[in-house]
Amino acid sequence: MIAYIMCFILFLVGLYGVITRRNLVKIAVSLSIMEISTFLFFALIGYVDGGVAPIVDPADPVKVYVDPLPQALVLTAIVIGLATTAMLMAIIIRLYRKYKTFDIREIKNLRG
Amino acid sequence: MNPLIPLFVVTPLAGAFLIMIIGRFIKEFNKYFTSLILLFLVIISFYSLFTTGENLSVYKVGGWEPINKIPIGIYMVMDGFTVIIVCIINLIGFLSAFYSISYIKRYTAENYFYALFCLMVAGMNGVVLSGDLFNIFVFLEISVISSYALVAFGVEKNELEASFKYQVLGTLASFLILFGIGFIYWKTKTLNIADIKLAFSSGYDKTYYLFVQILILSGFGLKAAIIPFHAWLPDAHSSAPSPISAMLSGVLIKAVGIYVIIRLFFNMFIVSEGMAVLITTLGTLSMVIGVFLAIGQWDIKRLLAYHSISQMGYVIMSVGIGMILVSRGIKPEVAALAISGGIFHLINHAAFKGLLFLNAGAIEYTIGTRDLREMGGLSKSMPATSATSFVASMSISGIPPFNGFFSKLIIIIAAIMAKFYLLAALAVIVSIITLASFLKFQRYAFFNKTDDKKNQQIKEVPFPMVFSMVVLSIICLLLSLLVIPGIRDAILTPAIDILTDPLKYSSTIIGQ
Repeated sequence: MIAYIMCFILFLVGLYGVITRRNLVKIAVSLSIMEISTFLFFALIGYVDGGVAPIVDPADPVKVYVDPLPQALVLTAIVIGLATTAMLMAIIIRLYRKYKTFDIREIKNLRG
Repeated sequence: MNPLIPLFVVTPLAGAFLIMIIGRFIKEFNKYFTSLILLFLVIISFYSLFTTGENLSVYKVGGWEPINKIPIGIYMVMDGFTVIIVCIINLIGFLSAFYSISYIKRYTAENYFYALFCLMVAGMNGVVLSGDLFNIFVFLEISVISSYALVAFGVEKNELEASFKYQVLGTLASFLILFGIGFIYWKTKTLNIADIKLAFSSGYDKTYYLFVQILILSGFGLKAAIIPFHAWLPDAHSSAPSPISAMLSGVLIKAVGIYVIIRLFFNMFIVSEGMAVLITTLGTLSMVIGVFLAIGQWDIKRLLAYHSISQMGYVIMSVGIGMILVSRGIKPEVAALAISGGIFHLINHAAFKGLLFLNAGAIEYTIGTRDLREMGGLSKSMPATSATSFVASMSISGIPPFNGFFSKLIIIIAAIMAKFYLLAALAVIVSIITLASFLKFQRYAFFNKTDDKKNQQIKEVPFPMVFSMVVLSIICLLLSLLVIPGIRDAILTPAIDILTDPLKYSSTIIGQ
């Protein structure tokens, strides 16, 4: 149970960062922290106490395996997370070239 | 097994790669090829619309058959509700792609534009057709990541800022959705929507699933820009190139937001009355606040973007009324009427909001500004744009012969029959304010007199843009036919049956 709570705290740390940081890159890093907490959560829900890697062994039918599906989901989600982070970083670099700053308080053309 | 289903995802996905490879060598290949792909998708989606009807067809990816009635493969499902949204996506997609042939000339890197466009369509078709919760997430990310790139396509200050906001909020929404999926998988050990419904039917922990429902609602609510989550929408939709705005406002917020909310809350969760009331409240708030935010805008595309929030509020409110009645188990015919009003308005909104954004693009294309105060007297120099935007404005404000009137009428009648008099009154008031706002748009853009010398140089936009706008305005008129009972029974009723019948969706899919 403690692992789930840690995972939730990690999510909140990321959320705190997204809300309070003023630097574009730090916002992107905070989003990555949230992303990692989600992946950790998925890895945790597939974990079975005392389980082994899910390669079926016909000789030992009573063996306990961990759930392989969340692991597959995490792999997919990591690839998606990579694409999101790369996209965000590309936009941040472009924003820096236009505004010469990473400070979000100075990037406020759109209002109303 | 319906062999047409995977084509909706595979064709645009393959098209995106072909455009990137062949488009490098052959100039002009990209634009005609994109239109061709989407024309093909329009044809097969309308073919599916006429053949699906009450039937529900399933495509099992990789041919993995269920074992002991437990689905193990990925399912793609096409039913009466899906097929309507698929038709909207591909039709608006085709017209926007055709419109882009002239419009997108002022940008560089056309290959990237068309490849991203195809990816976005592939993602949306995937979200709508998927019968598997995690695949909804994957396809959603495909479509929204390409839309992040498309919003920033102009790479100027405003576009980049809008795209950054959109990305931060969109990524946040994705994590909420992913957490929700994780929680559902934790308890049910399955990702198939139909199977989850069956698992829920055999008993569930109420507080746990309330938490999951809130996670899922806020995640997809962020994607659909329901009012407390709407901050990104006006920026993103007004900064994107106009055909993309038409896609984002006309289709994307419906396919990845509203559609998924409706589908999951009717066909996956067992709706509690409290949740239904919450959804209705959010819808009403969007409807009212959206229109008040819209009325003070002078930038055409921002004005239209705020109206998108308001019109989506109508859809959510009406579906929410249906949800309340379904959860109480009373007045099934009123519930069906409310849901049909919501879906009808969803279809109509795709047509007229797509058209309005294309009109805004045409105005920006010729006179180079989006500020209403700097334009005027365009009705003489741009007759086609003026006429089509008049049709669209009258549709969105609910003037009788056009489609918007009938869907709003159904929504208001359903609200009165369900004894939600306040909501009915609010719907009427919001409709009047919408009319005022669009009269302002018409007057300042097309009828206000400015000096004639400047206006004589303005010409009508090129043929592809005029073609798309005229076709959409004809669709706006034709959609009012959906109110005639025979046509409504053929198209809208299957969608409502699949939503209101609590177990039909899951039992049909698991039974196959």
